[in-house]
Amino acid sequence: MKAGVIVFPGSNCDRDAYYALHDVLGYDTEYLWHADARDLRPYGLIIVPGGFSYGDYLRPGAIARFAPIMDSLREYAERGGLVLGVCNGFQILCEAGLLPGALTRNLSLKFRCKPVHIRVENAETPFTCRYRQGEVLQAPIAHGDGRYVCDDTTLQRLRDNGQIIFRYCSPTGELDEAWNPNGSIDHIAGVANERFNVLGMMPHPERACELLLGSEDGKRLLAVG
Amino acid sequence: MPKAKIYITLKPALLDAQGRVVQNALQQLGFENVRSVRVGKYLEVELHPDGDPREQIEAMCQKLLANPVIEQYRYEVEP
Repeated sequence: MKAGVIVFPGSNCDRDAYYALHDVLGYDTEYLWHADARDLRPYGLIIVPGGFSYGDYLRPGAIARFAPIMDSLREYAERGGLVLGVCNGFQILCEAGLLPGALTRNLSLKFRCKPVHIRVENAETPFTCRYRQGEVLQAPIAHGDGRYVCDDTTLQRLRDNGQIIFRYCSPTGELDEAWNPNGSIDHIAGVANERFNVLGMMPHPERACELLLGSEDGKRLLAVG
Repeated sequence: MPKAKIYITLKPALLDAQGRVVQNALQQLGFENVRSVRVGKYLEVELHPDGDPREQIEAMCQKLLANPVIEQYRYEVEP
């Protein structure tokens, strides 16, 4: 399978994503430069990686969403192509309107960089069908703006449609504000669009693909090929 | 040269984490009369005198400067 990793000025998880896709999963992986619009049809998965695209100026993701590659990505997603946005990639997908809601400053105002636990809330998506419903995964977070917010109508729609894909939880899967690292509404760590081909999440599955690095729970999420 | 002053803040329904910390700091410094603080962004945009400046600023806010999911904005335009 061919996989692509979009690179913006200020992306810094692009190499981690490339390593996970290419070296761990063995996909034919390419970097996709933000300034080049292109036909993404040959790709089986596109990752919008973490980092600080355009220095997070104005708002995280606000400038990146207007890059030429984003028009290609929108077409690709509309045709049903699989898109995974991680961390800053999640912020960019929300800014671009490919995912509902937005990500705001962590409640603590602190940059949170640590392993967290997340629970699989919907195991019937192309990204999560290799997990059990309710399975608890460990993956690292590293963000200052990860507090997911949306209005009440949107939240209800996300719940009804099963679009909440991951929630922050304890190591044994309990939901409690003590395990919510950023104050996200309803403990949300990841959401999908209505067709479930676009997923955004704050934790980094690409950094949880080898036991040497503390967890390989993220590997199955990327194993879409 | 038309000049716009644009103020962007989180919607009132959203918790402003920065504003809350500033509020606590002010109260701890003895400003007990502080009821709430909201932190926002302030932008100054200068335009060439061509077309309707308000129309242009409104479009800029809608498209880029504010995220309508979480933010509200207002602006003043000086001719």
